[in-house]
Order: sequence, then structure tokens, then C-alpha cells
Amino acid sequence: MGLRTFLLDKIQKVTEIKKREIQKDVWVKCDKCGEVSYKDDIQKNYNTCPSCNYHFKVSAIEKINMILDPGTFVEIDANLKSLDPLGFKDSKRYVDRIRDTVKKTGINDAFISGYGTIYKKPVHIGAFEFSFLGGSMGSVVGEKITRLIESAISNRHHVITISCSGGARMQESILSLMQMAKTSAALKKLSNEGLAHISILTDPTTGGVTASFAMLGDVHIAEPGALVGFAGPRVIEQTIRQKLPEGFQTSEFLLQHGMVDMVLHRREWKDTIYKLLEFFG
Amino acid sequence: MAIQPLEFEVPIYELEKKLEELKGISELVDKDIENKIYKLEERIQKVKSNIYRNLSPSQKVLVARHPNRPYTLDYIGAIFEDFVELHGDRLYMDDPAIVAGIGKFDGEPCMIVGHQKGRNTKENIYRNFGMPNPEGYRKALRLFKMAEKFNRPIFTFVDTPGAYPGIGAEERGQAEAIARNLLEMAGLKVPMITVITGEGGSGGALAIAMGNKVLMLEHSIYAVISPEGCASILWKDASYSKRAAEALKLTAQDLKSLNIIDEIIKEPVGGAHRDHETTFSNVKKALKKYFNELKQYSSDELFEMRYQKFRSMGVFSE
Repeated sequence: MGLRTFLLDKIQKVTEIKKREIQKDVWVKCDKCGEVSYKDDIQKNYNTCPSCNYHFKVSAIEKINMILDPGTFVEIDANLKSLDPLGFKDSKRYVDRIRDTVKKTGINDAFISGYGTIYKKPVHIGAFEFSFLGGSMGSVVGEKITRLIESAISNRHHVITISCSGGARMQESILSLMQMAKTSAALKKLSNEGLAHISILTDPTTGGVTASFAMLGDVHIAEPGALVGFAGPRVIEQTIRQKLPEGFQTSEFLLQHGMVDMVLHRREWKDTIYKLLEFFG
Repeated sequence: MAIQPLEFEVPIYELEKKLEELKGISELVDKDIENKIYKLEERIQKVKSNIYRNLSPSQKVLVARHPNRPYTLDYIGAIFEDFVELHGDRLYMDDPAIVAGIGKFDGEPCMIVGHQKGRNTKENIYRNFGMPNPEGYRKALRLFKMAEKFNRPIFTFVDTPGAYPGIGAEERGQAEAIARNLLEMAGLKVPMITVITGEGGSGGALAIAMGNKVLMLEHSIYAVISPEGCASILWKDASYSKRAAEALKLTAQDLKSLNIIDEIIKEPVGGAHRDHETTFSNVKKALKKYFNELKQYSSDELFEMRYQKFRSMGVFSE
């Protein structure tokens, strides 16, 4: 009986250590398959689950760094800040929301842009930060995307955008809507110059972002399992009063319906984009 | 025309009913009655203009959605000559929520494209309540391009709750269709004039609304989301739509002061739904003014002007 007590004791201790370790964030449980993996392993795997390839949410700058050569990213237009032209207030004033979000995230708005190299090829690149008001597009985001494209034109670079956004920012109403027109018009000029736009769609990308520049790539790359669509699933369900089919509005659904060129694991982004850049010249 | 009056219009309707009654008995001799009728007519006019001068944003939403407002086909019939409707996107189907075709404005050939709502349930089911599917936008694009090919001006009329959020619409690329139109409209080398006539419902409206000039009827609205949608997301309760309507700054007057639109077209006192003829004539006058102005520019100038117009929109600090 001594052995049994000894073993039970041991098992209990091990479980406790495991529990503590999970709390210490050494282990991460996959949101999709439930498999517990080392945080290190997940990070080395481009923040995806080693067993099911689930893509964990990562920040804008992490996505940019997965594509560019290490240390080459130079940020531009980081000083642009949102104002509150409409004096918008819901449960909270928009100015306060912005101020608190800037403090929380350490960035001025929901889009980070700049330039860098991919295997020494120079590109312009920008990414949405979802933790900044759901990655919504207001005047600042629209302006930064437009300037990114304009800067790319004057440097004769191709442009990569990485979307992750709930859509247009309601608190800037019509001004947000006009950012759809502005960014799309800028892409018209880019296209006239014979330069390319590669659009990467990550989880989630919906609304006014999908319905403008994000669907206007020469090539569309979607992150596996990402939600990408025009209307949000809840809005559609309320309109048609029926449940949506399994897998509706996922990257794989978009591939099947011809809206994206490929669904690509993060680890393949850089090499694939390099091949595209070689083609674009 | 058995339309229920809007809540704030009830005083007008009551006075009008009285007037009808008075007119009914005026054949009898009383000399006072003529005088009374005159006074009552004056009063109705005053009440109407008072009510309509002070409409709140949420009241404007109701006027903009009024089922008796003129729709695109009404404007086409009244303002343009020799209209020939053109159908289909050449890819999948014809979308009746957007009507389009060739016609003549002031004797000159042009392209006309606009959202189309229905007047009754049957029509509205056919027109999908003016909510286009991707095919509507692709039909519009096909015809924008055709206008450009033959160097003809484009007139667009905007009145939609929004692009349709349905399963088929997503499957067939609603977002891509809208996005494509934005990009291609930006590049058009012919004059384009847009009139927001009723509801400017977000991307579904913008997808045919990138005119060199954008005009709005006095009681029309234009916003990034409907007040109901905004309320249910930000207030988590659709019953806050009145407050959302105020917060969204969606009236023509708001948009003029934000420099998003070029001009507000006056509506007859009491709203476009009470007097179509005056509305048509006001819209025609405004279109003529801007059409003549745009005629002076070369195609490259039109392209660059349109680009700069939308390029400059946005408010931020740096």
C-alpha cells in the first residue's frame, strides 16, 4: 500500500506542477483542437498550433515581421492621430475611447505601415491591429493606407496589406465610409503605374475593409480558417432568419468561390510573396 | 395613396382633412367659407414649413424612407428623354434592385444608373427593397464602362438601405463587387453626377456614388451604417436608434458642413413625397448646373478632380 500512496502523491504533485505551468503561460491550449503545446513551440511555428495548424491571433507588427527580412521594417506615418470630427458619443465619448485605446495598445491607430525588404527585395507593407477598436477603419487608417500606396508609387515598390478588421469605424460615420473610396482610388493609381497590390486576409476581415482595398489585390492570400466576408454572420442570420451553413465565410469557403487565390499557412507567406514579387518585376 | 402619415405629420394631415371638408360644403352659399378656406390653406403651409424646417435626424430618416418618395424610375421618367433600359451583368443575372439604361439629358445622350425600391410588397420583393446583390453592382460597372467607351456622361441616383446581406450575395462576392466599383469609378474619364435621393446606405450606396459632384436632397440621409444597426452594435439595443441617428451625423445638412457633398437640393415644403413635380424640377435644375460646369473639363481633368475630391476626405491630426 505504501507504493500506491506514493504514486498517488506523485501524480497529484505532477498535475499541480502542470497546472501551475499552464498558469505561468509556458503551456498554451489550442482554441480549436484543445491540444496543449509548449508556448515556445507555438511561437516557433509562426503562432500556429503544431497539431492542428490553428492560427492564433497575433499583432500587426508580428505579422509584418513574419514576412520581412529581420530588422528591415521602417515605420512611416506613425504620428497620425484620430480626432473626433462628429463629437460622437455612445456609452462613452469617442475621444475618450481613442485616448484609452492609445494608452492600452501603445500605438496611435489601427494600422501600422512602412517599408522593408523580402529576401532583399524592397516592398511597402501595412497591417491592421485588431486590438485597436476592432481594427476599424476611420480617417487615420484610410489616410495611412493611401499614403502607403502613394509612397509605394513614388518609390516604385509593390504594396502588401494585411487586413484584420471589423470594417469601417462607426464613430466617424460618413468620413469612415469615404475612406473606402479614397483607398480604392489610390489603388487605381497604383495599378495604372504597373505596380502590384498583394492583399493578405486574416481573421477576421469584414465590412468596409473587405468591400474596398482588401478585395482589390492583384493576388489575394487568406489565412487558414479566417472569417472573411462583407456582412457579419450575425447580420446575415438576422436578415434571412436561418442558420448559416458550416464553414460559411471562411478562407476555405472564399477559395472555393473564387474570391482568393490561395489559403496559406503563415510559414509560407514570405517565400510565396517573394515568388510573386519576382513575377511582378 | 392610402399611406399612414408619419407621426410628426399628423397635424398637417388633420388640417388637410378639415380643408377637404370645407371644400366639400363650399358649394353651399356661405360667403365666409372662401375666406376660411384661404386662411386654412395658409395655416397648413405654415404648419408644414414649421414642422419640416425643424425635423430631427431620426425624423429625417423616416422622411428619407417614405414610401411615396420619388424613386429612380420616377426621376428617369420626369427628367430624361428617350430612356432605354439595359439589363444584366453578363456574368450571372439581372438585378432589379438597380436599374440602368441610356437616355438623354437636355438633349444629350447619357447613362443613368440608380437603386430602385418598390411601392408595394409585391414590387418590393421583386426589387429586394432596393438592396442590390453583387450582380446589381456589376451591371452598374458594365454600364459605367460603356458610358466611358462612348464618352457619355453618367448620372446616378442613390436610394438603398444597403447592399443585401445574404448567403448568395456573399458566395458571389458582394464585397468584391462593391470594391471593384470604387476602384473603377475612381478611374472614369467621363463626367459623373450623383444624387442621393433617399437612403444612402453605406457601401451599398457608395458603390454607385463616386460622382465628380455629389448632391443630396434636403431630407435624404447618408451614413456608414443604419441608425438601427449602429444602435444594436454600440448600444447593444436597436431601440437606441434615435440617438444613433443623431450621433451618426447623417443628414444632408451635416454632410454639407463636413464637405462630403457639393450641394443640397431643396425639397418642396412638406417633403418630396408630397410634391413629386417640384422635386423633379429642382433636381433637374441642379443637374443642369453641374452638368454644364463639368462639360468644360477634359477627361484627364475629370479623373484627377474626382481623385482629389475623395483623396482629401478625412479628418485627423499629425
